[in-house]
Amino acid sequence: MEKLIAQIKQGKVWPFPGGIHPPGQKTISNTQAITRLPLPDKLIVPLKQHIGANGQLIVEKGQLVLKGQALTKPVANWSVPIHAPTSGTITDICQMPSAHPSALPELCVIIEPDGQDSWCVLAPVTTPSLLSHDQLINIIHDRGIAGMGGAGFPTYIKADSRKAIEYLIVNAVECEPYITADDVLMREHAAGIIAGIEIMQQLLTPTLTIVGIEDNKPEAIAAMQAAAEHNDKIIIQTVPTIYPSGGEKQLIKLLTNKEVPSGGIPADIGVLVQNVGTLFAVNQAVFEGKPLIERVITVTGNTIHKPGNVWALLGTEIKHLLDCQGFSPVPQQRVVMGGPMMGFTLPTVRIGVVKTTNCILAPDHDELADPGPEKACIRCSACADACPASLLPQQLQWFAKSKEYDKLKEHNLFDCIECGACAYVCPSEIPLVQYYRVAKVEIKEQQAEQVKAERAKERFELRKQRLEREQEARQNRHKRKPATEKSADEKQKIADALARVKNKPAKDDDKSAVAAAIARAKAKKQHQDTELEPDNSEVALERAARKEQARKYKEQKAASNTAAVPDDKKSAVAAAIARAKAKKAAASENESDNTTDAATDDKKAAVAAAIARAKAKKAAQAEPAASVENDSSESEVATASPADDKKAAVAAAIARAKAKKAAQAASVENDNSESEVATASPADDKKAAVAAAIARAKAKKAAQAASVENDNSESEVATASPADDKKAAVAAAIARAKAKKAAKAEQAASVENDNSESEAAPTAINEAEGKPEQTAQDKKKAAVAAAIARAKAKKLQQEGSDQ
Amino acid sequence: MKLTMASSPHSHSHKSLSRLMQTVILACIPGLIAQLYFFGTGVLIQLILALVTVSISEVIIMLIRKRPVWPAIGDGSAWLTAVLLALSIPPLAPWWAIVIGSFFAIVIVKQLYGGLGFNLFNPAMAAYVLLLISFPVQMTTWMPINDLLANPISLAQQLSVIFNGFTNGGFSIDQLRVGVDGVTMATPLDTIKTDTAHGLTVSESMQAAIFNSWLGRGWGWVNLGFLIGGLYLIKAKVINWHIPVGVLASIAVCSAIGYIAAPGTEPGMIFHLFSGATMLGAFFIATDPVSAATTNRGRLIYGALIGLLVYLIRTFGGYPDAMAFAVLLLNMAVPLIDYYTQPRTYGHGVNK
Repeated sequence: MEKLIAQIKQGKVWPFPGGIHPPGQKTISNTQAITRLPLPDKLIVPLKQHIGANGQLIVEKGQLVLKGQALTKPVANWSVPIHAPTSGTITDICQMPSAHPSALPELCVIIEPDGQDSWCVLAPVTTPSLLSHDQLINIIHDRGIAGMGGAGFPTYIKADSRKAIEYLIVNAVECEPYITADDVLMREHAAGIIAGIEIMQQLLTPTLTIVGIEDNKPEAIAAMQAAAEHNDKIIIQTVPTIYPSGGEKQLIKLLTNKEVPSGGIPADIGVLVQNVGTLFAVNQAVFEGKPLIERVITVTGNTIHKPGNVWALLGTEIKHLLDCQGFSPVPQQRVVMGGPMMGFTLPTVRIGVVKTTNCILAPDHDELADPGPEKACIRCSACADACPASLLPQQLQWFAKSKEYDKLKEHNLFDCIECGACAYVCPSEIPLVQYYRVAKVEIKEQQAEQVKAERAKERFELRKQRLEREQEARQNRHKRKPATEKSADEKQKIADALARVKNKPAKDDDKSAVAAAIARAKAKKQHQDTELEPDNSEVALERAARKEQARKYKEQKAASNTAAVPDDKKSAVAAAIARAKAKKAAASENESDNTTDAATDDKKAAVAAAIARAKAKKAAQAEPAASVENDSSESEVATASPADDKKAAVAAAIARAKAKKAAQAASVENDNSESEVATASPADDKKAAVAAAIARAKAKKAAQAASVENDNSESEVATASPADDKKAAVAAAIARAKAKKAAKAEQAASVENDNSESEAAPTAINEAEGKPEQTAQDKKKAAVAAAIARAKAKKLQQEGSDQ
Repeated sequence: MKLTMASSPHSHSHKSLSRLMQTVILACIPGLIAQLYFFGTGVLIQLILALVTVSISEVIIMLIRKRPVWPAIGDGSAWLTAVLLALSIPPLAPWWAIVIGSFFAIVIVKQLYGGLGFNLFNPAMAAYVLLLISFPVQMTTWMPINDLLANPISLAQQLSVIFNGFTNGGFSIDQLRVGVDGVTMATPLDTIKTDTAHGLTVSESMQAAIFNSWLGRGWGWVNLGFLIGGLYLIKAKVINWHIPVGVLASIAVCSAIGYIAAPGTEPGMIFHLFSGATMLGAFFIATDPVSAATTNRGRLIYGALIGLLVYLIRTFGGYPDAMAFAVLLLNMAVPLIDYYTQPRTYGHGVNK
């Protein structure tokens, strides 16, 4: 390590294999200072300009915005906000072609500048060293900084690296021909970039910071060296001009002789790479409080009258850039965003500049000749000699053409960085990179298919096992006499089944008491249609009675008891989950139910959120005398967890339901549905409680030949809620229900399925509310209650004939 | 405004297939000149015959395959095959030999396998071996160099020999091969092989007129010509150094070991390197990209094995030279060699 640092400090670099020397064409654009464009007529600002999720819109059509005002706020992981590049009116928020090779439309905010260019209130920081790590990260995040070198990786994620960083590498290589945006930025703003580096040094505390600059930028090297003189932890390293030395992995090898493991990230080997433009933006965000709303863009190519670098507001149309610099298009003009090696052609010039746009190249046909026809590969391996990743592009090409995906993986296709060096040198002008891109997509799709197929197989196996179990259970039931009495014995039996509870009270005064209750109940009954209802109502009655009687109820059932340990200042958590399902198959129908239960106590609040998603698929084969039906429905409930004045409750519920139905022979039916619910709501001032509920329901139906039907549904609910300032209480309730129904009908034409179920699994904590006097001692206790209830009901129905 | 879409990269090195082939053909010129000087203009006649035949063959086969004709002709690969074949066969071989060989190389070896890039075997060498096996007498009747001929022959006479088998004066090729000393002369490799088989030592054998002090007269220069052309190819980055170095190093090491083991019957390293088809094979034939190994490590192995086979067949086999056999045998081993010599990809097998 010390030896390595000594070598680095001596200026040693470690060449990577391969690489090419395309004509630089840099002097076309790097001789003048950066100019500033006049305000455009309109700005098209896409919500997503980086890798990750969109932010959430916080402005609306018609609203006046100030320069620098946030247009979105980050919501999910990896989401980065965008800001108004100038003051003006939002004239529209709509889908526009994106600055992406696909140009697929993306949601954009259209701003008509008012010409005032008036800033919103900025909050510059003069001494970032006084800020905490998190404060700095938040500034970088809120100011919308994302990698400006090409990929657009959110900078706040990188800057918050959990892994120790030994080497911070600053990518100032700019190895693509034509592009000089970083070059001129370094010449003009070296001090700002170094200040940005120092902020990163504060955040990441690397042993050494290495700035890699190609030796074709002497002015930039001199400027950076002068600016970094005061900081001996920054080394300005001159690297030979060879493409693609600016590739992240290649630069790491070049500067540190380390290689990023395949499939890994640089942080795995203690390295982090940042682009100079990004670091300058970090500097602006911190010291001036300015969000990322503009960047340097090289506008170049033989069709441009005044090639050079410009400060362009994000959202500026390419057309405006071209017009301002003078543009005489040739027939079959190509306009490339990015460089000639890795850039992509634009379908229209009506596309806004984004955070990753570093160059607009409008070449004529002499400087970048149109590709000739693809000729046969002669295996000359010029591509392999040029490949910086030591791949065998020529072999990959043969495998890609013959769709030999295993061979492609064996030959490490996914280590290809698509730099284009192979296609550049290919004497047969084979568009190698294009073949790899297609093959990569195909392999990914194939893998997704495989996962899907495996899951389906797994489901099928489980279902088969379950059907066998059920059949066995049914046969056993036939041997038994059906229960006829609904006396206290019956009640006892059901109660026993429903509430089999375990208690684990903790006796320590200073400690929390944990109570966990798990109840499981199974009830199986073989009924005819009319008999199902009384049974259900009985269960419901049972439940109601249990709730009302609260403590007495518990005491009565000594064998099976639930313990809740509340205290006078604690909250009681009540979770109730109810689920109902009704199915009918006469024609294709879908139903879904959602029930939400919220429990509140005198000091608590309950948050309940439920999201449900349902999918239904139907595949029908047209055959006479067969009717295909699909029914799928699901519902889920997530209950809320209570919290007290010091608590917070987060409730998340995920529900998923699946329904399948397969019919063979004359009729084939498929049903599939899934739903998921996830809710999260944070609550109070000191704590957070997380409640998660997962419910899953499955219904399958198989009808064979003449008419066999099976219905099956399951649902599960899990709730968890944490509790007090020192403790956490988790309550989880899982309820699952299954219902099956098999009906045989003599006639094929009429097939019906009815299925309905309802279940409720309340948590025991609910009862604690009514008895505050009990065993309440301490403010430091928490109660954990978990209840799992499961119920199954099965029904075998024969139609047209009694059982 | 309508913009044209294209896939990256948008830039190209302007290397092209036809330029590549042209460069290789140009690099043959020093060797060709040496052959012309020492063995007469018969080489040129063979070359013209070959060029015409491959062009016609290529056109016909492309028409039959219903593929565009001009791109196939225009890439120059057929002409390169013609040049290599013409340089390989004896200058005064009968006209039908080169015509059959050229046709076979293009139609059977190249196009019937799918055309350029798909052929398993080096077309020129496959054709050469076909001719050598089918017409062993015609294919081994190398003339001694012009200086040694008892009856120096003119261009017109060479033409006559190639097309009729006899000169205008009625000499057959066997009569022409008689040297000034009245002894029929073979190639140096042949002579050494025959003489050592008859119990002579190498130094005794080297007393023959076809040798100067330690090399076959003329052959050394021809090999030197191809060496120069080959070095140019490496410098122009048309070929990588791995295959020629593999071949030459292997021949050098084998012959040095042989010389040390049996100095009396082994002609030694320099003789092997500058005799027969060594340089032509190492730089122009073994390096045919389509049929050679494609990884750099693989190329070294491929070249070394060719060198080994060349030496073994020259020393212990039934043929005086063996470049064609060695190349064809190794062509078959290419997929295996390539598979086991993949380079280490970036980020694989790194020690953290």
